Amino acid sequence: MNHLDPNRHVRGESQYLDDVPVQQGTLYAAVFESPLAHGVLKSLDISAARAAPGVTHILTATDIPGINQIGGIVPDEPLLAEGHVHFRGQPVALVLARTEHQAHAALKLITAEIAPLPIITDPRVAAAQGELIVPPRTFKIGDSAATWAACAHVFEGVAESGGQEHLYIETQGAYAFPTEMGGVRIISSTQGPTAVQRHTAHVLGLGMHQVEVDVTRLGGGFGGKEDQATPWGALAALGAFITKKPVKLVLDRMADMRMTGKRHPYSSDFKIGLDADLKIVAYEVTFFQNAGAAADLSPAVMERTLFHATNSYFVPNVTATAYSCRTNLPPNTAFRGFGGPQGMFVIESAIAKAAEELGVPASEIQRKNLLREGDLFSYRQQAEMCHAEQAWDTAARQYNLAGLQAEVEQFNEQHKLVKKGFSVMPICFGISFTKTPMNQARALVHIYSDGSVGVSTGAVEMGQGVNTKIAHVAARTLGISVNRVKVESTNTTRVANTSPSAASATADLNGKATEMACAALRERLLQHACLEYTLNYEGLEIHDEQVLAAGVSADTDWEKLVSSAFWKRVALTENAHYATPDLHFDASTNTGHPFAYHVYGTAFTTVTVDCLRGTYTVDALRIAHDFGQSFNEVIDRGQIEGGAVQGIGWMTMEEIAYNDEGRLLSNSLNSYKIPDIYAAPAVLDVHFLDTPGHPKAILRSKAVGEPPLMYGIGTYFALRDAVRAFQGHTALPFSAPMTPEKVLVSLYPEFVAANSDQQKAAVTAST
Amino acid sequence: MIEFYLNDQPIRSTEPPASALLDFVRYHEHLKGTKIGCREGDCGACTVLVGELAPDGQTMNYQSMTSCLTPLGNAHGKHVVTVEGINAAAGQLTPVQQAIVDEGGSQCGFCTVGFVMSLTGHSLSEKPATEKNTIAAIDGNICRCTGYKSLERAAATLTAQLASRPTQNAVAWLSEQQFVPAYFQTMPARLAALRTAVAEEAAAATAHSNGTPAATVSPNGHTQSQNGHDSSAANPFAHPLLGGGTDLLVQRLEELREQPVRLVFDQSGRRGIRQTAAGRVVLGAATTASHLLESELMRGLIPQLPQYLKLVSSTPIRNMGTVAGNFINGSPIGDLTIMFLALGASITLASPAGTARELALPDLYLGYKKLAKTPEEQVTEISFPTPLSGDFFHFEKVSKRTHLDIASVNSAAWLRVENGLIAAARISAGGVGPVPLYLARTSQFLVGRELTADTVSAANAVMQEEISPISDVRGTADYKRLLLRQLLWAHFLQFAPALAVDELI
Repeated sequence: MNHLDPNRHVRGESQYLDDVPVQQGTLYAAVFESPLAHGVLKSLDISAARAAPGVTHILTATDIPGINQIGGIVPDEPLLAEGHVHFRGQPVALVLARTEHQAHAALKLITAEIAPLPIITDPRVAAAQGELIVPPRTFKIGDSAATWAACAHVFEGVAESGGQEHLYIETQGAYAFPTEMGGVRIISSTQGPTAVQRHTAHVLGLGMHQVEVDVTRLGGGFGGKEDQATPWGALAALGAFITKKPVKLVLDRMADMRMTGKRHPYSSDFKIGLDADLKIVAYEVTFFQNAGAAADLSPAVMERTLFHATNSYFVPNVTATAYSCRTNLPPNTAFRGFGGPQGMFVIESAIAKAAEELGVPASEIQRKNLLREGDLFSYRQQAEMCHAEQAWDTAARQYNLAGLQAEVEQFNEQHKLVKKGFSVMPICFGISFTKTPMNQARALVHIYSDGSVGVSTGAVEMGQGVNTKIAHVAARTLGISVNRVKVESTNTTRVANTSPSAASATADLNGKATEMACAALRERLLQHACLEYTLNYEGLEIHDEQVLAAGVSADTDWEKLVSSAFWKRVALTENAHYATPDLHFDASTNTGHPFAYHVYGTAFTTVTVDCLRGTYTVDALRIAHDFGQSFNEVIDRGQIEGGAVQGIGWMTMEEIAYNDEGRLLSNSLNSYKIPDIYAAPAVLDVHFLDTPGHPKAILRSKAVGEPPLMYGIGTYFALRDAVRAFQGHTALPFSAPMTPEKVLVSLYPEFVAANSDQQKAAVTAST
Repeated sequence: MIEFYLNDQPIRSTEPPASALLDFVRYHEHLKGTKIGCREGDCGACTVLVGELAPDGQTMNYQSMTSCLTPLGNAHGKHVVTVEGINAAAGQLTPVQQAIVDEGGSQCGFCTVGFVMSLTGHSLSEKPATEKNTIAAIDGNICRCTGYKSLERAAATLTAQLASRPTQNAVAWLSEQQFVPAYFQTMPARLAALRTAVAEEAAAATAHSNGTPAATVSPNGHTQSQNGHDSSAANPFAHPLLGGGTDLLVQRLEELREQPVRLVFDQSGRRGIRQTAAGRVVLGAATTASHLLESELMRGLIPQLPQYLKLVSSTPIRNMGTVAGNFINGSPIGDLTIMFLALGASITLASPAGTARELALPDLYLGYKKLAKTPEEQVTEISFPTPLSGDFFHFEKVSKRTHLDIASVNSAAWLRVENGLIAAARISAGGVGPVPLYLARTSQFLVGRELTADTVSAANAVMQEEISPISDVRGTADYKRLLLRQLLWAHFLQFAPALAVDELI
């Protein structure tokens, strides 16, 4: 039973990709990567590697039978490099050998002759040179340009947020088998089985029906396996297709970090105008998204940045423009929040800037400008069932906002070398794929003749608990125990043409499809019961596995009912299709109704900075969150706590570093740090807001995957607050992550300034 | 031949001793519960328990270790436990597993087994069952779904359950409570028998040897020349030395697996911490960070030592990494090296010919990863003068993440103050030069001066001349200079809390 996943997890019995028993004759694949970030691939010498022990094949672009292309949104990404290389770590050749060691050993014997071309790593440089993935987009409402003169206060600035490595603990990989029909079967660690299937079919020159993709579960995804599981699935499949042997490809940690994209770093310019009453009148923002060397999901990520550019605030005049900039880094990709956090960081920076300049608490500006029922977003959707103010005010009451703020102030008056900081982070996140056609899902439900139930959907379980939720939806709809329900692996032959498990929408979409299929089956079984037991259909229901007629037991139970239905040749399988109603969006005008609903919440963050060492702790994160009607509080709380801590990581210690040659410096777990248990806030309170939920949410339980990540943004501003309590006049750029280095340098700005002056003097003296 | 118990099964393996225990468990024994996350000891997904027979021969000491960095040879004579070895029959959950399930502490599940093993190891340990200790047991486990709060709640449940764990016969109680299966109670006898058998084999082998040095037997029945390769090879002393594996298996696993190695982790005489009549503290070279942490002698001399060592890697890595290994790795930011530089440590180097020489620790470092020792020479002992009761010793470390991280800059300071004047000083710093630095000039500068803010500021000026940090992934050169100044201040604020903060900052 998939809803018992945790029971298997703790016993080490859950099967992940690398745990699949290896078939005899399996070949192991390793990927030869481009050693340069940009250049003309003149030649490749594979002769020594080909002769190495155990090596059976070395495949390059010329071995691809179909089309050498895996770009999802824009066809700009070859599976194996051809002609040019565009980033360090780009796959160039695939080594197949009898053992994993032999495959990896052979990599060292391959040499590539590459004529170097100029390397761009900075998105603003790329934009200046016209290196754009897609044309820029602008979301506009009102007329910001016309309002500046009338604003009481106008502030401008620059805000930068860094990338983030997904660091799913299970690395990327796939295991492919040739099938007797001349196709391939792929076990893939992917959030998007259909993407793996579609691209593999193209690469191999096959119909999609010849490619089967199966996913049991992922050891973490977080967006990193939405599009970027595809190359490894396709490469393993290419090997299996050509050699007619099973091929297993699992990236080691450092290869995974080098070769795959991350959360997009952004550099942005903002301008904000407020009236005398601190109402935000106008907001202009230009985002420079560092897309990396190929489109991947960057245009969609960029679009969501624009959707969330004003976070939880109503702004009547907005001009938000975004550039997706091509650089010579691995293509950046989806990561929990999908561009939303990057957009929110900028408006929070703008508000912080205004507050600091005006000498008022940022929370005063934030509270005044929260969205209200009926307010328009820049894309013209109305805020409906809006809980922005409710979330804020409930949190303020629940956690005593004024008291928390006063506590920090008092502490800071009493302490010299230790300072506390505080921030409020409201969030508003739209639920749905912003590409409307993706908001569809299917479920295939079998009731077996013994009354057990198998459910297949397009949802991929990766720790978010979607299978548990689906099992509960099925059990609840059928009126049976959840122990009868098994959620099957995600398989493209059972449920086809699926959207990836992403956009927080997986449980909603696949859950709704499951609900529809189960409702149809229930209806059919009850119709059957009417005939079989001569009961009145009105008031007939299945409850706790018993058939009840107008609340009275009808002397039959689930097992008997199913069995008799089977013998009366009633169809016990149902396939349902769900498409979220009323969604539309016009990408030419950037207006419409792209989201089924929005999720709201507010977080208070308290931090303590050690002003001697520049180190800090996140003391408390107190959240009031709009779950709607949660039907699994353990899972939902876990998503909020986990997402928030991931967001804290992004804002604090997680620092991706590339050098000018496009080489990843933060290339392992010893140089790229994610939160450990001591980095999680000592206090992490989650208050479930009393909200009705939304009819488009599954069982009115709102999506919980991405929204909580953005609570972490509050940590940056709380740290900033603490630094300013020590050093009020420091030049503190809006630049995340706020590493201990940035904190210390901001606390003692004169040290680095003096040091740099000395160095300049020394250089001058020596010349 | 490497012989040990894996769960309840005896193992005899001829796999290379420097291969990773993780690969043996997963790919030879097909026990797939132990996961591969990073292969550098930084995530804990591969955590297993390694138990050795206690000196009393009656009980076992279990420690958590990351199997990715455990040389298979270091399992010799021991009891290796994976999740399959603690699972109860018929799908029943152990209290550790149940607590994690109940609190929703497992999301994607990939890291979960590591947490289960660490917490089970904690249950088997003699550490008091406080919440702090329970959390400390999972300080080497990373959960990217960041289910830490649920795991904290599970840990609290567990702490409460362990409150009734008896001090005597704990394993029987744990087995009764289903923390571990009943076979755990048979392990001391089984390991004792294994030790005897191995010793007999070794004795037989020595009797038949033709002039090769006699094999020495470790407390765990581990013969020194025992490495799974032909030990009569031309010059066994040319083979690389392998201690806990925490550095070498990260850096050179592929290469080491292909060759014979000298395993020193369990060598007799390489453990133990003692005080000599000559007023020195002497450590065996294979002393681990955990041994330091648990040593009453060390804690008596340096009461703050537990806090310092909590900043050094994580519980499983501290269980594996040796002090000598930290020195010999030569990393410019080795935490233990920095501590021992300020303690005034020396090392004893033994050559194959049997000669030994003593070297002051600072003199070991000639340049980046360049050591003043031959490859054949082996550290056998480490010693330092016993600090006097009034002496100050302090260690500071700043890294991006406070725990389980490599320092941006670390520093240690030892100070003796007599009549208001600094009589002797030793300051060390890591991350600010090509080697772990003993700051001789800064230390010398302090001698004879008063403990004032002026002295500290002037010492900083000397120190800034003595260091040469470079910009890298752990920080810019400017930051490291600033940070070391701050850490120097931190030392002195620790020594003399009355120092005028305002004058410094």
